[in-house]
Amino acid sequence: MTDATDARSAWVTHVLRIRDTRDQSAFAELFQYFAPRVKSFLMRSGADATLAEECTQEVMATLWHKAHMFDPSRASVATWVFTIARNRKIDALRKQRRPEPEELTWGPEAEPDPLDVLALQQESTQLVEAIAALPEKQRDLIKRAYFGDLSHAEIAEQTGLPLGTIKSRIRLALERLRHEMKRKT
Amino acid sequence: MTKIAHHMTDELLMGYASGTLPEAFALAVATHISLCDECRAAVESYEALGGGVLDDLECAELSDASLEATMNLIASMDPEPVDISPAGDPVLPAPVLSYIGKSLDDVRWTSVGMGVKQAILKTSSDASARLLYIPAGVAVPDHGHQGTEITLVLKGAFSDEHSRFARGDVEIANEEMEHTPVADIGEDCICLAVTDAPLKFNALLPRIAQPFLQI
Repeated sequence: MTDATDARSAWVTHVLRIRDTRDQSAFAELFQYFAPRVKSFLMRSGADATLAEECTQEVMATLWHKAHMFDPSRASVATWVFTIARNRKIDALRKQRRPEPEELTWGPEAEPDPLDVLALQQESTQLVEAIAALPEKQRDLIKRAYFGDLSHAEIAEQTGLPLGTIKSRIRLALERLRHEMKRKT
Repeated sequence: MTKIAHHMTDELLMGYASGTLPEAFALAVATHISLCDECRAAVESYEALGGGVLDDLECAELSDASLEATMNLIASMDPEPVDISPAGDPVLPAPVLSYIGKSLDDVRWTSVGMGVKQAILKTSSDASARLLYIPAGVAVPDHGHQGTEITLVLKGAFSDEHSRFARGDVEIANEEMEHTPVADIGEDCICLAVTDAPLKFNALLPRIAQPFLQI
């Protein structure tokens, strides 16, 4: 296992600590890493520094309150933070409502298998490393698609990123989740 | 889950994941992935790419006492209730239902002729969304498209010159395409239709009717 995977799995533990014991020091560490990146994302998406700061605080507060919704068999912490920031962007910057799909959650009792969690976190690490290894121009293209100033046509077809692997992993997690939900009803 | 044959494009799935689609298109994607785990997994993998982008970003400077302000914000917010996801109606998945009310009975249909009914959903104005009700066996008049039109089947099925579309299936039409969708004989058909431009009908009568369609 690489150090980077260790770090990512550590973030997972941080979120679980917030969920289970309202751990403020775990939150402070997450904040220190993610808040400056969230603010940067919002500014690159068109917010001025004041609005970006305000939204960043809201995003991080949402992370605290929604810790019980985080599913580490389907997303890394960075991915989960990204989705919260994205939703805030749509609401505060684009002034639109975001239609959400029907929720699939493990519910209060069941938890994902730790091996599934580890595998997903490893694949997230590989994805981040693959992005970092791309030529600067290509990396910039992907980023701009996520800031909303580029269409997705070319990037959606982009090969070379291990998206297929992570997609199969998530697909598997969804299958197990469906199975679990069916068992309960 | 029903077997879905016609899926969303990668472009739409990635647009949804990055939060850059017009609301009406986002509604179509959210509805489809409520019924299709294959596309839901694709959306979540594009979200993983978004997480990678976030991870790779330079750090912006936070204001002084940003963490403290956030802790105060947390304390002042109502604790998030344990989310109980609103159950979808047997026909309308939760994202559509959130624009309608509690069930299919709450849809306020207006007639557009030949037994076809529609209900416009209130989304941002950069694209439009509506529910279409097509009685069994009825053909929607031959129409071409401006821009992109997405039709997602929620009940029954329809066929056009190219394929058959049942619950969860997505038909994506563009400007080059002219077609005449026909609802299956056995059952009335309900679809979510989303477009970024007004429909243009080729037959005379629907062309006159078009101003009343409000799209």
